Amino acid sequence: MGEKMMQSHHMVTVKVNEQQFNSKRKHRFVPSESNLQKIFAFWIICCTFFSIGVYFSMDTYQKEKRKEGLVSMCDQRARMLQDQFSVSVNHVHALAILVSTFHYEKNPSAIDQKTFAEYTARTAFERPLLSGVAYAERVLDSEREEFEREHGWTIKTMEREPSPIRDEYSPVIFSQETVSYIESLDMMSGEEDRENILRARASGKAVLTSPFRLLGSHHLGVVLTFPVYRSKLPQNPTEHERVEATAGYLGGAFDVESLVECLLGQLAANHPIIVNVYDVTNSSDPLIMYGHQNPSGDPSLKRVSKLDFGDPFRKHEMICRYLHEAPISWGAVTTAVFIFTIFLLIGYTGYKSASHINKVENDFNSMQELMVRAEAADVAKSQFLATVSHEIRTPMNGILGMLALLLDTDLSSTQRDYAQTAQACGKSLITLINEVLDRAKIEAGKLELEAVPFDLRSILDDVLSLFSDESRRKGVELAVFVSDKVPEIVMGDPGRFRQVITNLVGNSVKFTEHGHIFVQVHLDEQKKDGAKNSTCLNGGSESVISSGAFHYETLSGYETADSHNTWDTFKHVIADNGLYYESATKVVNDDLSRNVTVMVSVEDTGIGIPLKAQDRVFTPFMQADSSTSRNYGGTGIGLSISKCLVELMGGHISFISRPEIGSTFSFTVSFLRCEKHAVGDLKKSHSDDLPASFKGLNAIVVDGKPVRAAVTGYYLKRLGIQAEVVSSIKRAAATVGRNRSVVSNDMKLDMILVEKDLWISEDVDLSLHFHGIKQNGHVYKLPKMILLATNITNTEEEKAKAVGFSVIMKPLRASMMAAFLMQLIGMENERQGNGSSSLRGLLCGKKILVVDDNRVNRRVAAGALKKFGADVECAESGKAALSLLQLPHTFDACFMDIQMPEMDGFEATRRIRELESIANEQQNGVLNCDGGTKRHRWHMPILAMTADVILATLEKCLQCGMDGYVSKPFEEKNLYQAVAKFFESNPNSD
Amino acid sequence: METNNIHHLRRQVANLRQSLFDQGYVDEQFIELEELQDDATPNFVEEVVTLFCKDSARLIHIIDQTLENHPVDFAKLDNYMYQFKGSSSSIGAKKVKTKCTQFMEYCRAENVEGCKRTFQQLKEEYTTLRRKLEIYFQYARQVGPTETASCTQSKSVN
Repeated sequence: MGEKMMQSHHMVTVKVNEQQFNSKRKHRFVPSESNLQKIFAFWIICCTFFSIGVYFSMDTYQKEKRKEGLVSMCDQRARMLQDQFSVSVNHVHALAILVSTFHYEKNPSAIDQKTFAEYTARTAFERPLLSGVAYAERVLDSEREEFEREHGWTIKTMEREPSPIRDEYSPVIFSQETVSYIESLDMMSGEEDRENILRARASGKAVLTSPFRLLGSHHLGVVLTFPVYRSKLPQNPTEHERVEATAGYLGGAFDVESLVECLLGQLAANHPIIVNVYDVTNSSDPLIMYGHQNPSGDPSLKRVSKLDFGDPFRKHEMICRYLHEAPISWGAVTTAVFIFTIFLLIGYTGYKSASHINKVENDFNSMQELMVRAEAADVAKSQFLATVSHEIRTPMNGILGMLALLLDTDLSSTQRDYAQTAQACGKSLITLINEVLDRAKIEAGKLELEAVPFDLRSILDDVLSLFSDESRRKGVELAVFVSDKVPEIVMGDPGRFRQVITNLVGNSVKFTEHGHIFVQVHLDEQKKDGAKNSTCLNGGSESVISSGAFHYETLSGYETADSHNTWDTFKHVIADNGLYYESATKVVNDDLSRNVTVMVSVEDTGIGIPLKAQDRVFTPFMQADSSTSRNYGGTGIGLSISKCLVELMGGHISFISRPEIGSTFSFTVSFLRCEKHAVGDLKKSHSDDLPASFKGLNAIVVDGKPVRAAVTGYYLKRLGIQAEVVSSIKRAAATVGRNRSVVSNDMKLDMILVEKDLWISEDVDLSLHFHGIKQNGHVYKLPKMILLATNITNTEEEKAKAVGFSVIMKPLRASMMAAFLMQLIGMENERQGNGSSSLRGLLCGKKILVVDDNRVNRRVAAGALKKFGADVECAESGKAALSLLQLPHTFDACFMDIQMPEMDGFEATRRIRELESIANEQQNGVLNCDGGTKRHRWHMPILAMTADVILATLEKCLQCGMDGYVSKPFEEKNLYQAVAKFFESNPNSD
Repeated sequence: METNNIHHLRRQVANLRQSLFDQGYVDEQFIELEELQDDATPNFVEEVVTLFCKDSARLIHIIDQTLENHPVDFAKLDNYMYQFKGSSSSIGAKKVKTKCTQFMEYCRAENVEGCKRTFQQLKEEYTTLRRKLEIYFQYARQVGPTETASCTQSKSVN
């Protein structure tokens, strides 16, 4: 159920994560890919339009300029043409006045044909446009004969025939030589000329004919006609008066074509243009005067300029066109294309980068999703492992229990062997599963560290006791040294701390066949100081090596991996401490900071770790190589768990290892300093509390190896015994003798501790030294002689006993040593080793309620408890128990069956706790008024009695407020363990 | 003669007791029970066994009835049998306890036939045990209350 909930919770977290991603995806930096494409297309279209716009604006500007150019050119040409024309007209006018002056006003006439021809020929440069001028006289029909007679020729028509009779004639009398062929021709006979003449004499101005092909040159031309009046005209003459006064007509043929050609020749322009001149008197039918009828050239653009040749009747105009069509404006095209390209590139760059951003963003999202999934999978894996390991553990407990039961039955030796093997295997499987479970828990982040005060030294002793058998069997020296600077009680997780050390020491024991395993605990900074010192004072160890072939200043004399960790360093560390107990408490009080960083090192002289395997030592399931696991077994998960645990505890783990020489693992752990007053309770109930009765005793430790001597000294100091170290038995004897010579009560020697190997190697006659003392027969208590041995043979032991030694087996532990010394010195052992009597001590006089619906069970439980001196009352149901337990009551504890009808043990416990908490609250109220005279809080220990001792049941027990459980039927050990937590031992019970 | 008789009786009691263990009727719990017996409660074992018999008779009666009912109330059966098992393990009635366990398994599987069959066997085991214990206590009372339990005997069992 719990696991399901955990999973569903886990699913929820994953979902939440996904939702976060989705919501994140909504706030993206750039639009999505499809939108991006649309935007890009739109951008391209915009670019196109813009470029086209640019092109057109430039093109229009150019056209405008072109048009302006045409206009100015056309107007200029028109104006010049007009000017030239009017100059010619003026000259004709001047000729007319000449004729009128010298032909009519002089009598006889001063002009004849010859004069006229000469004059006109000589003034022809004035009239470059006129092919020639001629004067025709007005001759009425009545005057014809006289006229013909006077001139000697008849009037002819244009066709050079004698003119038929008309009202009047206008024969040419004077003509320029260029047009002499028209002399005597009647101008009135030509339609154009006649009309011209009539209009000219009526208006009195120069008039023009419509264009026609000139007789001589076949160029297009017009004829200019000017009237010549005989007499002076009155002011504002009428038309009739003009006609009457008309004497003749002066005419000239304008060669328009050559006129314009000459003009254009003068004005060569950079843009060749086509010029047409039209007579537009009849607007519906313009007559061309110059240029081709269907002009080529650019038809799109033309300019019409009005021409005023002085004849109000006739209208002329000039039309100009460019010869070539307007060239495509490459500049505009280039600019437009250029702009388009630039904008396209900008757009493309933007598009590309946006889509790249998109891609990266998508990648990022998918990566993150993958990461979430991977993390989820990892967590799920760890949870799965935790669950599975847990599930495996439950049936395994059953198997182990059954095997234990099986071993208790009558079995043949083979069967027993099989069953024992099965049990051993099962136990190692459980260990493995626990380790996996631990690791999985750590990985799943479910492992929580406790913070309880504990005694670090006793934990180390416990660990030592675990391995003492094996180390003794192997003959490996196993020792612990805890620096005095390390506080006695620290706050932390003792279980985990113990686990790490157990693992490291276990490894060392496993891989060490000779030499020693040495666990040292120092304060972190202290260790550093020591290391510093050792670098200054280096060199000592070398001399030792040279003097003895196989001797190092370590615990056992074997070489170790971490050469800094030898006596040189150690010396300084213990020198700081001093070898006296008093300094310890003082040092503890010195440092007031809250944190204590402890450095633990486990040094062995085992096989070491191969160099190539050293970097994966902390990887799970990695042993140095496969042969290692074949030889030594194990899974290799322990170190990785240790690493995790150490890191959880705020430290780090490292190691130095040399193959075939040994390894030194060291780790640091941070604990909280524990206040003294808080420690008080713990110390009282602590089972490993050391007796204080050794305080003030003196001892001599005889040991050639200073490190080992320091360890022995450490234990003695813990017991309050002052120790002096000497390096040989002879010196010890000397010391003893000296003590004896300065006899004083406070310097009495209580014990002499001798290392076994020293005793064997020196092989001196001890009795000579020590028995001599004995025989002196003084009243002083004789020093006890103790032999310290890692392993000892029977013969050696007998020999030792014969000499007067008591043998204590190493590894040393404080409690063991205390017991040993007590026995030796003959002090009364206050503590009870026997389980049943100590249980009796716990339960004697206590009033206990047994709640069970089964009367047989009830009777048995009551009987068992009564046997241990308890005062037992019984209740047959939860309800009955409740009524008995109405506060205030006098019960000290309650044993509660779980499975009962009506109200089960859980429910009953819950009710009892409710009652208690109500009572406690009330009491708190009272307490405030009272000033706290009675500081008792109601909390009765309730222990479950259950037949199925599985973890789940225990957890449920604790949940509903129970304090523990005992298996049913009672087992003494189990019962003692459960009860010992609540009752202090009553020493007077026996 | 008197002492002879006593010796004979004692041996017989010891034999009876040993046979209880050897045949697997009782287990270590019985020894624990015997250890609880002292001067203050000289007939503790017998008292407990009597209690057990009374209780068992009651339970057997109830279970019989429950088994007859249709449909069978397995939850109830399980509950009764739990009590039965509890009391039998308290006095160390090994064989009866085994049957109880078996019965409870059938009960949890809701196998009526299995339950009935096992219960039949249980009753037989119970009857046998009761008879044997009665004989044993009869002899034991003759020998005298203080002699029934002794450490030397219990050690010989181990």
